[in-house]
Amino acid sequence: MLDKLVLYLDYPFVRYALIAGTLISLCSSLLGVTLVLRRFSFIGDGLSHVAFGAMAVSAVVGLTNDMPLTLVITTAAAVLLLRTGGKTKIKGDAAVAMISVGSLAIGYLIMNIFAKSSNLSGDVCSTLFGSTSILTLTDIEVWLCVGLSVVTVAAFVFFYNRIFAVTFDENFASSAGTKTGAVNLTVAVIVAVVIVLAMNLVGSLLISALVIFPALSAMRVFRSFRGVTICSAALSVGCSVTGILASVLFGTPVGSTIVAVDIVVFAAFYLISLVKGGRKS
Amino acid sequence: MALIKCENLSLGYDGKAIVENLSFEVSAGDYLCIVGENGSGKSTLMKTLLGLQRPLGGTIERGDGLQKNETGYLPQQTVVQKDFPASVKEVVLSGCQGRLGLRPFYSKSDKALAVENMEKMGITALADRCYRELSGGQQQRVLLARALCATEKLLLLDEPVSGLDPKVTAEMYSLIESLNKSGVAVIMISHDISAAVKYASHILHIGKTVFYGTKAEYQKSSYALMFEEGGDGNA
Repeated sequence: MLDKLVLYLDYPFVRYALIAGTLISLCSSLLGVTLVLRRFSFIGDGLSHVAFGAMAVSAVVGLTNDMPLTLVITTAAAVLLLRTGGKTKIKGDAAVAMISVGSLAIGYLIMNIFAKSSNLSGDVCSTLFGSTSILTLTDIEVWLCVGLSVVTVAAFVFFYNRIFAVTFDENFASSAGTKTGAVNLTVAVIVAVVIVLAMNLVGSLLISALVIFPALSAMRVFRSFRGVTICSAALSVGCSVTGILASVLFGTPVGSTIVAVDIVVFAAFYLISLVKGGRKS
Repeated sequence: MALIKCENLSLGYDGKAIVENLSFEVSAGDYLCIVGENGSGKSTLMKTLLGLQRPLGGTIERGDGLQKNETGYLPQQTVVQKDFPASVKEVVLSGCQGRLGLRPFYSKSDKALAVENMEKMGITALADRCYRELSGGQQQRVLLARALCATEKLLLLDEPVSGLDPKVTAEMYSLIESLNKSGVAVIMISHDISAAVKYASHILHIGKTVFYGTKAEYQKSSYALMFEEGGDGNA
């Protein structure tokens, strides 16, 4: 089996998949901790549906490159959703559900009415599940991924203390002079960029899992914000690498294999927390 | 010069006033208790004093070199915090965020301040514990230490004893009293009129009519009687 692995690692597409997978899972897990704690677990799913709707629109309008429009629309949706909670009339989970289902439906409708592609269900399926696209990355996509990941990680580290403060207690943070609006905006923009990037590469199913699972697993066992953040990043990267290698070896779909590994790890961490008995829930 | 001086404040949401014509001031060393029924606008007043919300009318002036971010706020607990993985140290240190300026990380002096305030609140032994696993009284001490990291001048306490048992409540009150004696001005929202009368130097009663004055004046006024005999003494 090891020989087979070494053989596969010689192929650039496998190396690209590993690089992109590692970076995307690192970025999404860093953001995952604050999103899960703010009850925004489903924002990954919601925003990727928005991105799907935006792609449908740009395909119909006939844009050759759908990235810019998709990014703009998704960022706008993220900003709307993550805006300071108290001011919105429709609360977090309901707003995410509404935007998510709405844009999925409209996107699918538009694609149906103005369909140019003969393989419509195939297109939709690959948007949702990422199909094998992580194995068909080009050089440019990988470099784009590297660049955006560097920016994301740098922004996260720079804003780390403020993100903690705003997530833990937004009112206190703004009373202490932190620009909570700016922090929320930064988080929203980063989330949108990571999700648009990731759904192109790995599909919306996987991006949701990458946001939720590592953070939740880490929260079973660790008790400090820093501990949870570091553990979540490590878990996310570990699971993705394991998942990609397993899918290459056994010929399984990449996205779902990674999610399966994430579930196993979550179960393991849940057991650890039960054994330690530390966490009273 | 007072730390905070409010004149003719009107407060409310969406242009609808809940309270009008509030005038009061808090000077160094004062202990102001804000009492009133539910929905009378106590929390709205607190948010306005913190700058989280704009007053509909009137003015708030800060004096004595009090900066806008130098008020130590002790909020009520939120749902998010019940499930939040954060160590006591991290929570207390986040009280220094007003000092960060453009720096991304806390400095040594920020950390020293956090340690000092944890000692003051008697929670040094809990520094590495998880916030969500502490008892209600311990959590309030942590949040108080955090508030002290933000200020040495003025504390704003939003129902600091709600949900605490009588023994811990008494400890909390004496802790606040000792902070006040050491020179920190305190503004406290409370349902507990007897504690307000016992500890406060000034009382602001808001509702259909507004009373502001010293404790002695309050006790002589009809407001205190209304509260004690009105049937909803702890409303």
